Amino acid sequence: MSTLEARQISVHRGGRGILHQASVSLVPGELRAVVGPNGGGKSTLLRALAGIWPVAAGDVWLDGKPITKYPRKELARRIAYVPQEQRLDFAFTVEQIVAMGRYPHRGRFSRESEQDRRAIELSLERCDIVHLRRRPVNTLSGGEHQRVLIARSLAVEPQFILLDEPTANLDVEHSLEILELCRVLACGGQSVVLATHDLNAVARYATSVVLMQGGQLTDGGGDQQLLDPRNLEKVFGIRAELLSTTDGQPVYVFHRRSETDSETKFN
Amino acid sequence: MSTQVDVRSMSSRSLPRPRLRIGIFYVTVLPLLALSVLAGIAIGSTPIGWRTILRVLELKMLPSGWTDAAGLNQADIVIVWLIRVPRVVVAACVGAALSAAGVIMQALLRNPLAEPGLVGAGSGAVLGAVIAFVAGWSGHSVVLLPIAAIVGALLALILVYGVATRGGITPVATLLLAGIAVGSLLTAVSSLLLSLNIVDWQIGQEIVFWMMGGLDARTWTHVWLCAPFVLLGLVAAMSQSRDLDLLQQGEETAASLGVEIEASKRMLTFIAALLTGAAVAVAGMIGFVGLIVPHAVRMMVGPSNRTLLPASATAGAAFLILCDLAARTIHPPIEIRLGVVTALFGGPFFIALLLRRSWEASAR
Repeated sequence: MSTLEARQISVHRGGRGILHQASVSLVPGELRAVVGPNGGGKSTLLRALAGIWPVAAGDVWLDGKPITKYPRKELARRIAYVPQEQRLDFAFTVEQIVAMGRYPHRGRFSRESEQDRRAIELSLERCDIVHLRRRPVNTLSGGEHQRVLIARSLAVEPQFILLDEPTANLDVEHSLEILELCRVLACGGQSVVLATHDLNAVARYATSVVLMQGGQLTDGGGDQQLLDPRNLEKVFGIRAELLSTTDGQPVYVFHRRSETDSETKFN
Repeated sequence: MSTQVDVRSMSSRSLPRPRLRIGIFYVTVLPLLALSVLAGIAIGSTPIGWRTILRVLELKMLPSGWTDAAGLNQADIVIVWLIRVPRVVVAACVGAALSAAGVIMQALLRNPLAEPGLVGAGSGAVLGAVIAFVAGWSGHSVVLLPIAAIVGALLALILVYGVATRGGITPVATLLLAGIAVGSLLTAVSSLLLSLNIVDWQIGQEIVFWMMGGLDARTWTHVWLCAPFVLLGLVAAMSQSRDLDLLQQGEETAASLGVEIEASKRMLTFIAALLTGAAVAVAGMIGFVGLIVPHAVRMMVGPSNRTLLPASATAGAAFLILCDLAARTIHPPIEIRLGVVTALFGGPFFIALLLRRSWEASAR
């Protein structure tokens, strides 16, 4: 069983510490949500786990070996990372972008193998973009584009998939589709990490949660306690209510704290 | 694939199959290249018939004894084989090299407007060549001229990257500004060196040659000075074409998909410098080719660098042969500088392509 584990990692950028002594352990079959306010270090944690940004202290371990000891391509075959926002001036087609996911599997001059082709087709289908395959990516909507990037990460056939706010640009339907897809992937034995601001999606889909604030992981027991409205109020500086739908799904409703302040002021 | 998928993929904004587009491109451009080679040899102060050209080429290129020189006069042989053919071959090499260097820089900088002249590589190559020229190294061994130009291009690129990079990040706008600033400085140093080291009447001529480019009096020596470096650069660039595709998606994406970012960027910078330096050493600085050719070709065959690199090199060769033909036939016997022609032809061509693209976009 593969594990990807950050042990007490710190990351510095531009002379400033933006991640402090964070420890996370990922195992197959889970859908891990990373939540927290903007600037809390979510994206940094994902980049460090993918081995894209160097760590200043601590180490990220893959199967009991620091990831810095792996060849770049082997790491890329096992850990896929989808960055947050990325628009492009160049008219690559959807199919070409998804095929780039096979790069770590291919030699410098080798042709596309049967397995490459299968992985590409399957990824196109899973993200519902088969009909877009010959469209230039710079003509796509934000949601379509996001699905293309996710399809590229699936084409890698990795053990770990790190997604940075994959649903930020999506409409409700496609957002739910992507979340369902993440759950299916996790059930299929891949380990999916999802940085997101959608706490309702987290409550409904995630198998476990990491809460980040100020570059640090918030300690505080289990997921129940992390997602407790009181805790969220403290971390996000808002007012939170936890309701329940008719079929028992938890739903958060958020209010600005200043609303209550101004109410009291004018009363 | 199921028929349903094929029908759906015919939607209006889909592109035709990549292979079809590439096929159409080469069916158009290869005959154009052949025609421009023939025209480049045939047209000039002494017009030469195409039959004569083919006879001379047979005589020179086939093993001896296969054909004889009967019916050919010595003057025709000299004009075709020693004057026009090397000039056309140098033009083709320079056009291919500058176009391929443009493709690499556009992908590296993720900006379709980058080109060798804009990021300082051209000016660096000129300075390298000028130093080799005034110091007399090129008199010792001619091969030092292209090597000095390549080193100059490389140092200029390193300098520009160094100026524009802070904390491992190279913003494109800063890079272009640094490229223009460093380029202007290096060009000024080249002019100064020439002014201080050459006897009067030659000064202006040499400065104009290096800054505005030209292919006058190019010989087989120039072909051998340029062609091997260009070939090496093109092969090396092809070996990096997939890395280029990925780098074009952003460095984080490229890294996450297994590209060794720093090593790959170093390699590609070196290849771009090799191509630029080899071109500049034999033709001076010729602007616009590295910008226009890749841009135009990309509209036809798409942005995948595995396709774009050879396609741009082919189209660039034809483009520069035709520009050089124009440079020496528009106003005989005076030759217009090649760099002026590429700008005069290239500018409107570029605008027309942009207009066509926006017209197509609005017609959808």
